[in-house]
Amino acid sequence: MASNALAAGSARTRASAALFRRPWLRATLLLSAPGAWFVLIYLAALVLLFVSALWSVESFTGKLEHTWTLENFETLVKVPAYRTVALRTIGIAAAVTVTDALLAVPFAFYAARVAPRRVSSFLFVAVLIPLWSSYLVRVFAWRLILAHDGILNWTLEEVGFGSVNIGYSNWAMWIVFSYIWLPFMILPVWAAIERVPSSYLEASADLGARGWRTFRSVLFPLIVPGIAAGAIFTFSLTLGDFITPTLVGGAGSQLIGNVVYQNVGVANNIPFAAAFAVVPVIVMGLFLLLARRLGAFEAL
Amino acid sequence: MGVLPMVRNKIDWALGAVLALMVLGASACGSSSSSSSSSGAKLPTSVGAGEGQLNLVAWEGYAQPEWVKPYEAATGCKVHAKYAGSSDEMVALMRQGGSGYDMVSASGDASLRLIRGGEVTPMNVELVPEWKNFIPQLQSPPHNTVEGKHYGISLQWGPNTLLYNTQSVKPAPTSWAEIYNGKYKGRVTVPDNPIQIADAALYLSKTQPSLGITDPYELDESQLNAAVALLKQQRPQIKKYWSLASDEIELFKNGDAVIGAAWPYQYSTLIADHAPVQQTIPSQGATGWADTWMLSSHAQHPNCAYKWVNWVSSPKVQAEQAISYGETPVNTKACSYMEKIQKGSCEVYHANAPAAYFDSIKFWKTPVKECGNGKNDCMDYSAWQQKWTEITS
Repeated sequence: MASNALAAGSARTRASAALFRRPWLRATLLLSAPGAWFVLIYLAALVLLFVSALWSVESFTGKLEHTWTLENFETLVKVPAYRTVALRTIGIAAAVTVTDALLAVPFAFYAARVAPRRVSSFLFVAVLIPLWSSYLVRVFAWRLILAHDGILNWTLEEVGFGSVNIGYSNWAMWIVFSYIWLPFMILPVWAAIERVPSSYLEASADLGARGWRTFRSVLFPLIVPGIAAGAIFTFSLTLGDFITPTLVGGAGSQLIGNVVYQNVGVANNIPFAAAFAVVPVIVMGLFLLLARRLGAFEAL
Repeated sequence: MGVLPMVRNKIDWALGAVLALMVLGASACGSSSSSSSSSGAKLPTSVGAGEGQLNLVAWEGYAQPEWVKPYEAATGCKVHAKYAGSSDEMVALMRQGGSGYDMVSASGDASLRLIRGGEVTPMNVELVPEWKNFIPQLQSPPHNTVEGKHYGISLQWGPNTLLYNTQSVKPAPTSWAEIYNGKYKGRVTVPDNPIQIADAALYLSKTQPSLGITDPYELDESQLNAAVALLKQQRPQIKKYWSLASDEIELFKNGDAVIGAAWPYQYSTLIADHAPVQQTIPSQGATGWADTWMLSSHAQHPNCAYKWVNWVSSPKVQAEQAISYGETPVNTKACSYMEKIQKGSCEVYHANAPAAYFDSIKFWKTPVKECGNGKNDCMDYSAWQQKWTEITS
């Protein structure tokens, strides 16, 4: 028994010595489990998406036909309605991203640089609190605010501006998306502003630059990576969403997500849904390349 | 912060890897054949003990506690209902084989697709004694009976109506023109459903006879294009294309919509909430539905399913559902029960005068290539679906 233990001990020693001599083997063993998970589960879904985009569906019985065809992509390019939907999606995503950036930069600047410590932590909690409640509930709340007889129109009429008719429209979608994704823009911008040393701003002031000049020439270039990082979130989240358009969108508010959802859940045409889902992947790929050039990945 | 500086250098590599994997995946997944289930099973000759539960795909309002609760108490079958907003959605739900749904309340535009796709299986009408009391037109209608096989038991039928807010829409509308002519711009709502094209076709068949539309579900290319043009011109007037009945109810409650195409269910729900609404069948007539409870070919709870069709075919439940939803029962014995629940309802819901009234409704059916007149140039349902996407998006 003692010799067994000794043998086992020496085997363990040999194994650990072997591993010590070969750092690459150690790394491989350590990373094989998460690596396999990443490839098999995370990337496999993506691969399957591209593969099924090349299949088709028999129109009457709805059975999947496993023959290779580019028909789905042809439809995407040829039918103008799908182009409209794709462009609308990208347009809304861009509008939401710009809006959130315009809201987030002054807010984050105040919170990170101007506000006293206690106000600053209060603001931090205030930004995070909406994320604790259900996404659906918040969208429904907006539906009630923007409805024809909703709070917004009631207030406007009390003040004497008359009512606006923006419930169930692209405007409603833009407002709700901007609200929902705002925290994802504020947090990276906040972090970026916090990272800029105070001495830079003081040096700029010493050299005679006023507030705006300091912002434009010193602060802004330093926080661009933060804005780009936030933009990745707001842009990609809008690009893939279908719940907000369903709930607050009107006639002609369909986004790519809605068409995908309809093709999967209603028309049972999964190959076409997969083909359309490739569009945001490509758009996001281009967007990430642009964001990389702006240094977004250093600010994540 | 700055947790992932290496990402920047690796992203090109990652994109390349994804591409490589895509190619690998594409070459690895060869073609595989799909199997289709045959419906050659023998019909049951008796209804056994219940299996304890029943999973339904139903129209909103078709599984109300009023008649579901007593059914559960009487049979021990617990009902789980999934509401679908359109026939397409019902077909899609039933096609996801093994999804666990036992029955579907399919309308005439879904039933044939389900039968041909092998999603539903024949039923034995001998096990549904009330079937003999159904109005003759719906005992073996072509939308659920193929080659003498009954793929389900008829349930209820009725028209798609024009719903309007009595305070905002004056005078009371008598024509479908009100949802096309721009008078209520931005306050119109219609179903988000390709079969809505038939409503436009029905309207055109009366207002533009030169198009030669005789059946709103059998349209050749130029007729379909005319209907699509009408609907495209209607789009700016639409507040929202509704997909669930509850969407339309909320639109009317909030005043976002004041007029639109609806089902009687929305009307009765809004009236119960004291909303100022009224419904009408305009002078051009209406499209409508005739629904069938169909049994899935993958049904896990067939005995509960037979108990269910017997339950909903009984005169009392027929009457309850007819009044709750605002539709016409198929069981001719339901009339006296309707009178008991609500005086005069038998007349209001046409339960006693079916024959001529039945023929006045253009019932939903799946558009196919074969026109009724022997020609083969009609546009099929996939063309309708594509046109509908063009209209709404």
